[in-house]
Amino acid sequence: MEPRRRTLAPYLLGMPGGVYLAVFFIVPLFAVLSVSLQTGNPDTGFTLTWHWHEYVTAISQYHTQFVRSFFYAGISTAVALVLAYPMAYWIAFHGGRHKSTYLLLVLLPFFVSFVIRTLAWQFILSDQGFVLGTLKSWHLLPQSVHVLSTRTAVIAGLTYSALPFMALPLYVALERIDRRLVRAAGDLYARPASSFLRVILPLSAPGVFAGFLLVFVTNVGDYVNAAILGGPGTTMIGNVIQTSYLQNFDYPMASALSSLLIAGTLIVIYLYARAFGAARIQEYA
Amino acid sequence: MKELDEKLDSLDAALARGLTQERLSRGQFLRRAGLGGAAALGLGSFLSACGVGGSSSGTTTAASNGVGSAAWWAKQKQAGTLDFANWPLYIDTDHGKHPSLEQFTKQTGITVDYKEVIQDNAPFYAKIAPSLQAGQSIGYDIIVMTNGWYLTELINHGWLIPLDKAKLPNFTKYASPIVKSPAYDNGNTYTVAWQSGFTGIAYDPKLTGREITSIQDLFDPKFKGHVGMMSDNTELGSAGLLQLGIDPATSTQADWKKAATVLQKQRDDGLVRQYYDQSYIKALENGDTWITQAWSGDIFQANASGYPHLKFVVPKEGVMHWTDNMMIPMGAAHPVDALEWMNFYYDPKIAAEVADWVNYLCPVPAAKQVIAKQLQDPGVANSPLVFPTKAMDAKARDYYTFKDYNEFKTWNGIFDPIIQS
Repeated sequence: MEPRRRTLAPYLLGMPGGVYLAVFFIVPLFAVLSVSLQTGNPDTGFTLTWHWHEYVTAISQYHTQFVRSFFYAGISTAVALVLAYPMAYWIAFHGGRHKSTYLLLVLLPFFVSFVIRTLAWQFILSDQGFVLGTLKSWHLLPQSVHVLSTRTAVIAGLTYSALPFMALPLYVALERIDRRLVRAAGDLYARPASSFLRVILPLSAPGVFAGFLLVFVTNVGDYVNAAILGGPGTTMIGNVIQTSYLQNFDYPMASALSSLLIAGTLIVIYLYARAFGAARIQEYA
Repeated sequence: MKELDEKLDSLDAALARGLTQERLSRGQFLRRAGLGGAAALGLGSFLSACGVGGSSSGTTTAASNGVGSAAWWAKQKQAGTLDFANWPLYIDTDHGKHPSLEQFTKQTGITVDYKEVIQDNAPFYAKIAPSLQAGQSIGYDIIVMTNGWYLTELINHGWLIPLDKAKLPNFTKYASPIVKSPAYDNGNTYTVAWQSGFTGIAYDPKLTGREITSIQDLFDPKFKGHVGMMSDNTELGSAGLLQLGIDPATSTQADWKKAATVLQKQRDDGLVRQYYDQSYIKALENGDTWITQAWSGDIFQANASGYPHLKFVVPKEGVMHWTDNMMIPMGAAHPVDALEWMNFYYDPKIAAEVADWVNYLCPVPAAKQVIAKQLQDPGVANSPLVFPTKAMDAKARDYYTFKDYNEFKTWNGIFDPIIQS
């Protein structure tokens, strides 16, 4: 009885999650793929015709928004990494006994709804708001300057919302580094800079990889930041998909756009994993 | 009723309410709720979108089974219950109660289950369409929807019960001419107005430096980077049409393309600050925009809550007039009670109470006297944003009414690329 249970146990443990994924991820995924190849309208119904024209239209009409989404997501992920790494490093190595307090502070923004936080930025950054308005009243900025409705505002918003997602995996990776290795590097006359570059940084690679995945994938499909902080010329693909689904009921188009987004994201992740990630992560982890 | 009048006489009603409770318009509420609601609803609509059967097949229409005919109405009986679905903060409210509904219950014995469940037309339509298509009741006797594609779809599919005009004498007697027999529902066959509003122009005179009178002002290079346009493509397209001197209601697809060219130029020249949803009002209040497309009720609220300098104008080319309508969905369990309420609401006394709280355009002009004399709230009674002048009414234009999905899709295909570039 005993050995049999042991062989079954991993499967039983994996089952709830597996079933959940199958029902709530795989099935909708295929539904989306199927709808994207259907033709029709909400009145006459949709039939599966295997026509690819929605994909052609999607690419010809919305390639700008696709490229823009990947560009914004790429920049915001890179900036979030640069900002979050020192913070995570400091908490992991110098946080002392207040580590958990600092971590809580990193997580604190989650206690307020993401949308509300973005709306707060809209308020803070408005033309006559307390940042720009004050600087303008001191004549440190010309009246015409505005931050909202620009690309900068959208990327900054994406970066802001990404920070905790970047900081947490980095912290976890840095925290698990065996301090004796760092000390050994010092004993072998490595200067702090080179012990960081040759020991700590490579060992934290899994955290960088996880942070990238979490942040990039979330940001590439985001539509809230562009809707609230953006202006003309900052529409992301998420906004286009939202309008197609919710306002226009153009399900095939929305599905084609979603499928393209998923495919594009997978390609980027694959290339990234090939270039920096997987091999090294297995090597060090 | 009498008791209430006495109470109101003894005190400046508007003042008392202002002191005892916070007033939030539908617009303000939506602003606060922000995109949260939209995001939450997005998931539901996405999932429901997976079922993609055609909605016109297998529908029981009014014509096929006689629902809504005189003979059918004659057989219906009052049930003593009314399930009413409306938008948030869109009825008079006093400490969580709705005096107009309470008076209705007192007078007719009909109890009302009032639910504020409608956040936006498209998601609400997506929510009720599958049930209506399956011939099931959606659980409401009255729903409120804005004229536009989704309402047109409800009518096209035969999902609304034709109203018995004989039971709506107050509507016939008191309804304002601008809500009678609108283009989207000739002869008010299926709908009567709940509230309506204008989509005109609002501006901050300190920032524009001059009086605004025309749609052309939205296209003035002097306001470069500070013009607010709406992200609702019906509003945006209609503004483009008005700018060209075309009446949106009778416009053609060729006109739509011309309007898109003008709007695209406005965008490419850098005039447009942003295409806004409800947040346009915040942008105007904050000074991000100097001049913007605007909904009349919001400007009334802004004037009353710390921004008295903002102005709303009916442009000389015309002003778009939208209407939120009451209607009875197919399968409603208590249609007679629903009609009873519609008629009751058109009593100027009741319409006055609602208008005094909601502050959108009141469909009952006679309510003005009630608000001025009995409710003693001259701010509302004399506001042209609640009771428009004859001259304003004359400028009111109807939106284009889409005939089928293909027209709707064509319109979207023409105007969406401007907003979503």
